[in-house]
Amino acid sequence: MVRKVNILKHELVPEARLLTKEEVKEIFRRMEIRISEIPWIFASDPMAKALGAKPGDVIMIIRKSKTSGKSVAFRFVMPG
Amino acid sequence: MSMVYNDAKEEKIIGAIKFGLLSPDMIRKLSVTAIVIPETYDEEGMPIRGGLMDRRLGTVEPGVRCETCGNSPGSCPGHFGHIELARPVVHPEFAKNIHTLLRATCRSCGRLLLPEDEIEKARAKIKQYEKHWTTLKHRYVESIAKKAMKSTSCPHCGAPQFKIKFEKPYTFYEERDGVSSKLRPNEIRERLERITDSDLEVLGIDPKEARPEWMVLTVLPVVPITVRPSITLETGMRSEDDLTHKLVDILRINQRLKESIEVGAPPLIIDDLWELLQYHVATYFDNELPGIPPARHRSGRPLRTLAQRLKGKEGRFRGSLAGKRVDFSARTVISPDPNISINEVGVPVEIAKVLVIPEKVTEWNVEELRKLVRNGPFVHPGANYVIRPDGGRVDLRYVKDRDAIAEALMPGYIVERHLKDGDIVLFNRQPSLHRMSIMAHKVKVLPYKTFRLNLLVCTPYNADFDGDEMNLHVPQTEEARAEARALMLVQEQILSPRYGGPIIGAIHDYITGAYLLTRKDTLLDKNIASRLAYLAGYKGELPEPAVLKPNKYWTGKQLVSIFLPKDLDYIGKAAVAGSGGICNEEECENDGYVLVWNGELLIGVLDKNSIVAQRPETLLHEIVKEYGSDKAREIMDGMFKMFVEYLDLHGFTIGLDTMDIPRDALKDIREVLEEGEREVYELIEKMKSGQLTALPGKTLEESLEAKIMETLSRARDKAGEIASRYLGMSNHAVIMARTGARANMLNITQMAAVLGQQAVRGERVKRGYTNRTLPHFKPGDLGPRARGFVSSNFKNGLTPTEFFFHAMAGREGLVDTAVRTAQSGYMYRRLANALQDFYVAYDGSVRSSEVFVIQPRYGEDGIDPSKSDHGKAVNIDKVVKKILAKRGMR
Repeated sequence: MVRKVNILKHELVPEARLLTKEEVKEIFRRMEIRISEIPWIFASDPMAKALGAKPGDVIMIIRKSKTSGKSVAFRFVMPG
Repeated sequence: MSMVYNDAKEEKIIGAIKFGLLSPDMIRKLSVTAIVIPETYDEEGMPIRGGLMDRRLGTVEPGVRCETCGNSPGSCPGHFGHIELARPVVHPEFAKNIHTLLRATCRSCGRLLLPEDEIEKARAKIKQYEKHWTTLKHRYVESIAKKAMKSTSCPHCGAPQFKIKFEKPYTFYEERDGVSSKLRPNEIRERLERITDSDLEVLGIDPKEARPEWMVLTVLPVVPITVRPSITLETGMRSEDDLTHKLVDILRINQRLKESIEVGAPPLIIDDLWELLQYHVATYFDNELPGIPPARHRSGRPLRTLAQRLKGKEGRFRGSLAGKRVDFSARTVISPDPNISINEVGVPVEIAKVLVIPEKVTEWNVEELRKLVRNGPFVHPGANYVIRPDGGRVDLRYVKDRDAIAEALMPGYIVERHLKDGDIVLFNRQPSLHRMSIMAHKVKVLPYKTFRLNLLVCTPYNADFDGDEMNLHVPQTEEARAEARALMLVQEQILSPRYGGPIIGAIHDYITGAYLLTRKDTLLDKNIASRLAYLAGYKGELPEPAVLKPNKYWTGKQLVSIFLPKDLDYIGKAAVAGSGGICNEEECENDGYVLVWNGELLIGVLDKNSIVAQRPETLLHEIVKEYGSDKAREIMDGMFKMFVEYLDLHGFTIGLDTMDIPRDALKDIREVLEEGEREVYELIEKMKSGQLTALPGKTLEESLEAKIMETLSRARDKAGEIASRYLGMSNHAVIMARTGARANMLNITQMAAVLGQQAVRGERVKRGYTNRTLPHFKPGDLGPRARGFVSSNFKNGLTPTEFFFHAMAGREGLVDTAVRTAQSGYMYRRLANALQDFYVAYDGSVRSSEVFVIQPRYGEDGIDPSKSDHGKAVNIDKVVKKILAKRGMR
């Protein structure tokens, strides 16, 4: 039997969560960029699947960083 | 565009580029004439009207005007003609698209093979993606086509669909009930014509720009003769361009095909000719198509047709467009000059007389420029051209009365004057792997024929003087010069963004010199001290001498302190401070505790750990960071020069006797090695008798090898240690090794005591003859000598077998470096190409060509490594250390 693994809990996987529509609006207003200007992630990506992301959502990833302690990245969920 | 010289020209900005297909109508409209005659010139050598060299297609012969535009060669851009093909042929570059379209649409009604509602859905989705997600749109369109291709019958008219086979490069078959029949280009064209405009949009094709039937050619454009000029040989023979040859072939077959159709020849013959026409048209576009033989010249050489002109390293893109050749540049061999500033470059007079800078005449420089014009092009500070306000150029080489020209100079004129001292130029050494590979220097015109550069800038350029050549470029506008001076000048590049430390700093002799000068026992009399200070550019008084009676003596540390900023505090450990990790700080026996207090070098010697290039957190780094590039340059031009000067005065050399160690020591070394050899044979015996236990993860043989290697390296280390005992700091080779100037102690023991094990592929030498490395040994001998252990040293020389083993290891090293540089060079190239369009935007984010935000903040923390403290915003350890030391001082 294949053991079901929650990849979100793995120590090598950075913290990530789905942003609400309001948060997306706020963050992108603050950063003065459009949604079409952030990198993509496919909805079929294991990470997106684990988060239950639908195309059109935005995922916020918080990574541990050697230089700044914490670093934030965004991914736009694409159909695929 | 240069605003300085072309004020009159209007600036045009490209808003968008659109690609599409040429329709047959458009081809005819673009054409100035139909080409029908497959010949070029008549008996008299005149171009035939309606032939391939028709005068209306443009002109390349001197003295002949173009019949279409009336321009002379050079100004006539050339004009297209056309050939009416007797039968349509497939354009080979679009064969793949044709295949997709044929499969995705109905063979009888031409509709897309999807139900109406799905088409509508797809249309809506495409519209949504159109604006921002073009990549996604392309992916989607592909998936639509793929889905449509799966249908076996048309959802619109119900006609059954058959499999369409595509045979590279341009043949199509339809498989019907197991029988496959060839689809002729005219049938293909008819099917493509039936596809509706609205269906095409769903397939990602803009029907206004590219109707699919245009992919099957009925009319062929004939390129102007300016694109395919004929060349006349000395014999008067005319030789035509490959494209002209190809067009002749096409015309010939086209004519035969047309005639055959007209006389009603059997279909078999017509089909053959048609196929031949298809072949010629295909090879006209691309002569390297897979599956068909390339068309050849009479000599057997494959023709260079349209695709070949664009493709590859020497093609139009990589060779002509991306491969820029420039004016105002020079290249020659480089050689060192420790007496010029790091900001300078020595330029040979000969080069300075050819490279020019356009200088505008003003009230303030007329007299100066007049002098240059009078000097003319052949005397160094001179000028080559004068440009009058009306744009007329005067070539001073052919002017008899230069005085008159000089007198006529007034504001509004431009003088193209020779390069002179102080001009800003760009200096470059390939491979240009980082930004310090191109830096701005100030010109210093010097005699002889090489470019001269200060030794300290060898590191950023990765240059040496074994025949290296470098390039020099002269910026031509005031903006370019200002930018180069402010951003690219050598002194502005001292700190490397790669590791946040100085990339320009002491190397080799500079380090040895610094050590010798700052050693405790260095005392300089007034003569030497003032000489050094003077050479380093110091203009003030010498400080109070350290020794007053019986004579006045200055220490080297005092001389160094002259140049240090007055409020500089620094604590560090010298490289000579002693191994073993024990540091007695102030009591260090090698004077290895470097303490600078209020700009005074109190104790400690300067060596690798304080001033070397490519090392962060040193004294040098501290100075560059805290006191700026001007101060850093001053120190490198002054203090550093003093180091080499002192080395010169002191005298520094090595010879055979540098490697001398006492006879007794050599005997001890021999004994250590013999002991080691004995141990190895014991291990071998143990293995043979089965007493040896295998190491974890290794076979018995591998364990033996590992143990032998370990034993031998221990013996070698022990031998080296014995030798080191007799090699102290009075030995010049040791000084170089310990101060970090060049080489290390291992290299010295290899010369003086034992060379050690020679390794091939990380193992002892094992290949060669059957069961032995060389015929000098018994088969199966696993002993040190038979497997590449060299117990001789370089000074006394190697035995023949040892020499051979050493050559094996040496060869491997050479091959490795050659392979490694090629591999890592290519890897780096790919990385640089992938990153080249990324930039840090004004908001601190990293973006790619204005599409994606790669990082919301550069490097995640927005810190410039060259301006931070070795990557950190503050170095707390250093601050604490300084404060503690300050306490101790008071």
